[in-house]
Amino acid sequence: MSTRIFGSGIRRREDPRLITGSATYTDDLTLPRMVHAAMLRSPHAHARITAIDTSKAAAAPGVIAVYTHADTEGGLQPAPCAWLLPDSDLKIASYHCLAKDVVRFAGDIVAVVVAESRYQAEDALELIDVGYEPLPAVTDPEAAAAEGAPKLHDEIDGNQAFHWKVAGGDVDAAFAGADVVVKDRIVQQRLIPNAMEPRAALASFVGATGELTVWNTTQNPHIVRFLTSLVLGLSEDKIRVIAPEVGGGFGSKIAAYPADFLTMFCSRKLNRPVKWTETRSENYQSTTHGRDHVQHVELAAKNDGTVLGLRCTVHAGMGAYLSTAAPGIPTILHGLMLSGVYTLPAVHEDVYGVYTNGVPVEAYRGAGRPEATFMLERMMDVLAARLDMDPADVRRKNMIPKFDDGHEVVTTLKYDSGDYPGALDKVLSHADYAGLRAKQKAGPANGTYTGLGLATYVEICGLGPSQVAGAIGFQGGLWESAIVRFHPSGKVHVFIGASPHGQGEETTFAQIVGSELGVDPQDVKVFHGDTDNTPMGWGTYGSRTTAVGGAALALTARKIRDKAKVIAAHLLEAAVEDMDYEDGKFFVKGAPDQSKTIGDIALMANVAWNMPEGVEAGLEASTFYDPPNFTFPFGAHLAVVEVDAETGAVALKRYVALDDCGPQINPVIVEGQVHGGVVQGVGQALWEEAVYDEGGQLVTGSMLDYALPRADLLPDIEVLSTVTPSPHHPLGVKGIGEAGTIASTAAVYNAVMDALRPLGVTSVRMPLTPERVWQAIQDARQAKG
Amino acid sequence: MYAPDFAYYRADSVAEIGRLLRAHPGAKVLAGGHSLIPLLKLRLAAPPALIDIGRVAELKGIAVADGRVRIGALTTHAEIAASSDVARHAPALAAAAGVIGDPAVRNRGTIGGNVAHADPASDLPTVLLALGASFAVATDDGERTIPAGKFFQGMMATALGDHDVVTAIDVPAAPGGQGQAYEKFSHPASRYAVIGVAATVELRGETVGNVAVALGGLVPAAVRTGSVEQALSGRAPSAEAIAGAAAAVSNDLGDDLIGDIYASAEYRRAMAPVCVKRALTAALKQASVADAPAARSPWWKPSWL
Amino acid sequence: MTVPVSITVNGQRYDREVEPRLLLVHFLREVVGSTGTKVGCDTSQCGACTVLMDGVSLKSCTALAVQADGAEVTTIEGLADGDALHPLQDAFWEKHGLQCGFCTPGMIMASHELLRVTPDPSDAQIRHGLEGNMCRCTGYQNIVRAVRQAAGTTAGQP
Ligand SMILES: Cc1cc2nc3c(=O)[nH]c(=O)nc-3n(C[C@H](O)[C@H](O)[C@H](O)COP(=O)(O)OP(=O)(O)OC[C@H]3O[C@@H](n4cnc5c(N)ncnc54)[C@H](O)[C@@H]3O)c2cc1C
Ligand code: FES
Ligand code: FES
Repeated sequence: MSTRIFGSGIRRREDPRLITGSATYTDDLTLPRMVHAAMLRSPHAHARITAIDTSKAAAAPGVIAVYTHADTEGGLQPAPCAWLLPDSDLKIASYHCLAKDVVRFAGDIVAVVVAESRYQAEDALELIDVGYEPLPAVTDPEAAAAEGAPKLHDEIDGNQAFHWKVAGGDVDAAFAGADVVVKDRIVQQRLIPNAMEPRAALASFVGATGELTVWNTTQNPHIVRFLTSLVLGLSEDKIRVIAPEVGGGFGSKIAAYPADFLTMFCSRKLNRPVKWTETRSENYQSTTHGRDHVQHVELAAKNDGTVLGLRCTVHAGMGAYLSTAAPGIPTILHGLMLSGVYTLPAVHEDVYGVYTNGVPVEAYRGAGRPEATFMLERMMDVLAARLDMDPADVRRKNMIPKFDDGHEVVTTLKYDSGDYPGALDKVLSHADYAGLRAKQKAGPANGTYTGLGLATYVEICGLGPSQVAGAIGFQGGLWESAIVRFHPSGKVHVFIGASPHGQGEETTFAQIVGSELGVDPQDVKVFHGDTDNTPMGWGTYGSRTTAVGGAALALTARKIRDKAKVIAAHLLEAAVEDMDYEDGKFFVKGAPDQSKTIGDIALMANVAWNMPEGVEAGLEASTFYDPPNFTFPFGAHLAVVEVDAETGAVALKRYVALDDCGPQINPVIVEGQVHGGVVQGVGQALWEEAVYDEGGQLVTGSMLDYALPRADLLPDIEVLSTVTPSPHHPLGVKGIGEAGTIASTAAVYNAVMDALRPLGVTSVRMPLTPERVWQAIQDARQAKG
Repeated sequence: MYAPDFAYYRADSVAEIGRLLRAHPGAKVLAGGHSLIPLLKLRLAAPPALIDIGRVAELKGIAVADGRVRIGALTTHAEIAASSDVARHAPALAAAAGVIGDPAVRNRGTIGGNVAHADPASDLPTVLLALGASFAVATDDGERTIPAGKFFQGMMATALGDHDVVTAIDVPAAPGGQGQAYEKFSHPASRYAVIGVAATVELRGETVGNVAVALGGLVPAAVRTGSVEQALSGRAPSAEAIAGAAAAVSNDLGDDLIGDIYASAEYRRAMAPVCVKRALTAALKQASVADAPAARSPWWKPSWL
Repeated sequence: MTVPVSITVNGQRYDREVEPRLLLVHFLREVVGSTGTKVGCDTSQCGACTVLMDGVSLKSCTALAVQADGAEVTTIEGLADGDALHPLQDAFWEKHGLQCGFCTPGMIMASHELLRVTPDPSDAQIRHGLEGNMCRCTGYQNIVRAVRQAAGTTAGQP
């Protein structure tokens, strides 16, 4: 049975409620006496507040309260940043929930209105008079770091939030001894995560008990509870945070936000439930964005394609304030990954975190790793072009050979296991790469140029050992927890600290329990996302839920199995050493008919009429699992594009994705994660960008202007895999949530550049819109003369 | 997301619409609501009252008579895209209606609302202009007819007066030997037209007869491009002749080109000939295939986006 | 001003007084309490709010409740026949056509419309038919598979 449950693509346990409209997301909830909050947000990117008059709003129909910063003094601390990056001169500016004197991005909250209905709250917002004295704004990270740039925070010079470095090997020697050095300036444009469910909070404070319950669209309810206790000054035991159904996060629901704290604050003030749900435009203006790097990269190599060293400087836009986990993203999760799948002898990177008059930047699917992979994979192609080698050959030449128990790279990380050349070769042969290249050689047809783009990657997942978390300044642990409880009927309840929101762990975790203990996954119910009835955990991000939480669960199941064996031995009057276990049955070695099922034991353990001496009643166990290392999934992707040279329009024709996340608990779910991830990365390459104008206004302020991938613009993705177990994980699994995104931006970008090579184009800023591609073609033509 | 308050009245006849409009100064007519409601939600418009005309039966339906297709103002994009009459007699209109927004938008949006709204990024003004349509309008003192060429006057500006209501659109049926096409360069986010080109081309033996080409998305109101029409008419339909004629579009664009972060004015200027060329090529292909082009599926899409 | 409306939602008639500005989606979610229909945007792009009005799809965020007066509205909650899932629901489940599930109600209703108009669609037709519905999780591929599976059943029928 175990083999069938682990690795089978069973239907998801969570779906019946989702496909029938019975699931409950935060905004679906209504409580008695509930009222509605709306936020007045600054229309200016940078301005001094000279006056606020809320009197007309306060008198408007249905309005219950209007608050500004002055009202929160003492009752609400600034929203904290919780990743205190060491050795980086980190400077954290106060992120007040309601702007104090100065607004620093278009979207900063100036006032909050609470009214009987949301329509009335919105009407009242229009009645608040705010006097602003506009200040100069800057949104580009390089410009914000330059001399003379508008200053965001009085106490912070040069808008520099931090300067972080990673170095390994002798990079100067590498460049001095190089035959070739290739360079590029890469812009990892600002992206809007666009979880389809807008963010929301419903806070219910009951004065009589002093208890606060918060339903929140979060990826990590336990962290929200922790931060809420700091911001509102309530003790943790009085706070219950529930992440009900959560409609996607992709990093944008990691942070604990001012608007959430304000909703709680209002509830506490008014002693009644208050709900706030952002509109999509409000989401664009205030929910965290991703990426926003300007990267200067240089790669040193020998004439035969051997890479000697990588040197880079990155300006990472952080937005106006540092969001909860923000400092760790362009540094730890980025810089440490710069060796990629290659034997890179030397690396040096400087990362400058820069305050800008934009929405705070946080983790966004892949979080730092796509930005690293892109840099490296782009340079591999640039090098290949320079040396007139095939991009696949340059990669193969530099790849770390297959290893299955640890490989240390120049950035000091120790990869767990990998077969990078194997992944690349499998993709090339599946796609008939040689054939595609031969066809490409025939030249363009009707002005349509074909391009092939490769990206190989390794990523850091399963965050992570808590000791390392401490060393890198993360203000929490990174372990995960699980409780497994057998009911007398043999049915199982599982309680986990992580908080999945679409990734399907209610199913895969049931499969883990099922395969470890021989129960039907349909009999396993997984509880998550409620701080009152789940053990502490650190949340779902960084592809860590299965890698860390799944390990906690597997170990817990094994504890149960050990206890069950003792009980079985007792019931069968055999010695524990003589007992064997298979597929949910405990039997005496050599006498399989003398057996007890896990169900029999669950019943006995719960009634406890006949227990072995010294064994407690109940069949329940828990584990707090702290991983010994990160996990390192990897893969190779290939994109095939066509570029219409006349218009610059790019069409993605084919996409092959090979991802190795170790053994797959549920291959259907793995494939789904790959599809979604790939498409998100394609979005970055071809369509998506948050654009600010000179004054700091978000020009792509709604879905009318911010282009998301749609069904009709995409081909089917061909999904392949290899299986390289992680040597240190109890199940060997590594994580798959972000894999697709990490490789696909680079693969598609490389493909487009490959198509444009005959036209002399070497670099185009993303996203590769028709106009940009067309303009690059014109420019290259002119340069050629 | 949350519209400001307004009063609401429902009309059940054309006469009633006029009466309500006169009784409520500043009121706006509500047809499919797919341009008006988005504006209200974003609080970009705040009319004191809406007159819902959505149930006025006399404004619905498609009929063919006297060499014209008469389309009631409340006919939805989906109905137009699926109509065999439209596909037969005004295939470019069917094609354009079929690429508006998405299926749900096409189910609600109406041809009357589309032309009255006169968004330069809309599809129907362009195609109706090329097809030589005219608009039947109910006014305070009766009916008048406005030819498409006089109807679209600027960015969201039309020849309609405050109390005027478009009741029907008359489209001349395509004569034998005429091919029609609508080429749309869609915005990937909004789905509106970055550039839309509608073309009709008559093929008379080995030469091109009458040509009509209209442009959308480029300038504040849909316009015909006489330079292209003249350059192609009377020529043999070679690829060079088409390209040459398409290039002439530059003469008709003026200085007031639309541009935005997705497609600048310069880019649109450069793409205009390309889109015109593709529209002409497609129209000519139709003309040479048959005199009555087959109905298209509602999923018709341009080849290049 | 308020206006009386009579709207039948999933077979049940609701006679209510509403403000004219009330959107149909808010009528469904807040007046009727049928929260299966979602709101994902404010510019009519995402399709999360898609429902059927008199059997035809519409984005309920782009309609006023007063426009639906007298109409029959079907939402995701009204699709299953008792405990028997609608073939589209079953296909989305079987083909893993959803992850977080937020787009799913609208996506299923839009698929319903697609199969009403094109009972036996090609993959390309499915992709075009869903162009007004956004999903950030699935990359659409399994949604296309689900619709393909449901096609040929009675999925497009009311
Ligand atoms: C998501 C989305 C995508 C879209 N994509 C496109 C697209 O790609 N191409 C495109 O062309 N359009 C597009 N549209 C617009 C759509 O076609 C609208 O339906 C259309 O422009 C307006 O028609 P309506 O019936 O909805 O008008 P309404 O919104 O009801 O009215 C629009 C305006 O016209 C006035 N009006 C309406 N009917 C009449 C009449 N009979 N006489 C006088 N005045 C009248 C109204 O007072 C109002 O000012 C899109 C809309 C949405 C929401
Ligand atoms: S809520 Fe996005 S289209 Fe209706
Ligand atoms: S399943 Fe999450 S948005 Fe579609």
